[in-house]
Amino acid sequence: MANKVYSGAAEALEGLLFDGMTIAAGGFGLCGIPENLITAIRDSGVKDLTIYSNNAGVDDFGLGVLLQTKQVKKMVSSYVGENAEFMRQYLSGELELEFNPQGTLAERMRAGGAGIPGFYTKTGVGTLIAEGKEEKVFDGERYVLERGIVADLAIVKAWKGDNHGNLVYRKTSRNFNPLAATCGKVTVAEVEEMVEVGSLDPDNIHTPSVYVQRVLKGEHEKRIEKRTIREA
Amino acid sequence: MSWDRNQMAARAAQELEDGTYVNLGIGIPTLVSNYIPEGVDVTLQSENGMLGMGPFPTEDEIDADLINAGKQTITELDRTSYFDSAESFAMIRGGHIALSILGAMEVSEEGDLANWMIPGKLVKGMGGAMDLVAGVKRVVIIMDHANKAGETKVLKKCTLPLTGIKVVDRIITNLGVFDVVEGGLKVVELAPEITMEEVRAMTEATLVE
Repeated sequence: MANKVYSGAAEALEGLLFDGMTIAAGGFGLCGIPENLITAIRDSGVKDLTIYSNNAGVDDFGLGVLLQTKQVKKMVSSYVGENAEFMRQYLSGELELEFNPQGTLAERMRAGGAGIPGFYTKTGVGTLIAEGKEEKVFDGERYVLERGIVADLAIVKAWKGDNHGNLVYRKTSRNFNPLAATCGKVTVAEVEEMVEVGSLDPDNIHTPSVYVQRVLKGEHEKRIEKRTIREA
Repeated sequence: MSWDRNQMAARAAQELEDGTYVNLGIGIPTLVSNYIPEGVDVTLQSENGMLGMGPFPTEDEIDADLINAGKQTITELDRTSYFDSAESFAMIRGGHIALSILGAMEVSEEGDLANWMIPGKLVKGMGGAMDLVAGVKRVVIIMDHANKAGETKVLKKCTLPLTGIKVVDRIITNLGVFDVVEGGLKVVELAPEITMEEVRAMTEATLVE
């Protein structure tokens, strides 16, 4: 059995990073983000990155740390409202931004990973995001052509993973992770718990091992963005 | 007396139909879940990958892996299921969600919606709003009738970049309830003590009988 297990995030990214590369990242807000791999990418100093990720973290956590160090050339995201540094860099022209509707971004990753180069969706028809894109009418309704994404590298975070690369996510931390995992030419997964092959229920594996080339056990802060409670 | 945020949310909650699947947007729409009428059972979808959203957690129940689309901590219910973002938007785009209640910056008399950016000023993004308005069967907007500068948000044509064209079915503002119909907006209901004259004065869109 091929050994996919690496001792840490920097080791797992060894030989994979280069300036100008594209990276697909899992996570929604700060939930289910590959914290350890993001830190290792920052420490590597790789630059001019194009990153496909639903959000851009906050100023000092998540993908926000790569914005602080100006390692990002372009973000492809659906919502960046939580990140003041992002807004500043974008409005001053230092950072390129391509907005994708959230469902379109998810489907672009899914399609790219599934060998589908493009798909038609009614999302965004008649808006800024449809400008310059091919349109087609099906059954009297307008649809816009969106492209599948294949990234040089995908970075994902799972709850449990085995040493063969099978992954299981927990609650809403699943989000974009399984989709990003499929669309990387190489996919690196960080997990909270590394378990022995055979201990995950084969009927309940969310990302089958074929999509994952490298896996590591990380340490996760799992920061909460908006702690909202009710009285007990 | 115009409605306040909570009264608008309470009015919007009357749109909920028993046994349906519903997506509530960020902001005032989230408050709608506090006013679900007695005897009405709805399942709330959260587009980050959850069906069957429960109430906010107690301090002891907080779980970093369990948040709603507004990134707030949340809880699960017996009926809850989790799934990835592509599956989530398959439900939305595929027409499986009955109703979405969203906020807005501007709405036009044809049902065009703008709620995701102000060029050169505010760059937040559309999140799931473009997918929701394209795919969900019925779209209800909750918003103040005018912006902070006192200018109407109920227009003949939107001035801001659009989220969707001809997608809005009903608008609930602090002044009343309006349906998008042929030729303009039809007044369905006025907030207490609000007159048609006040509504006309605060509305650019064509009002039809």
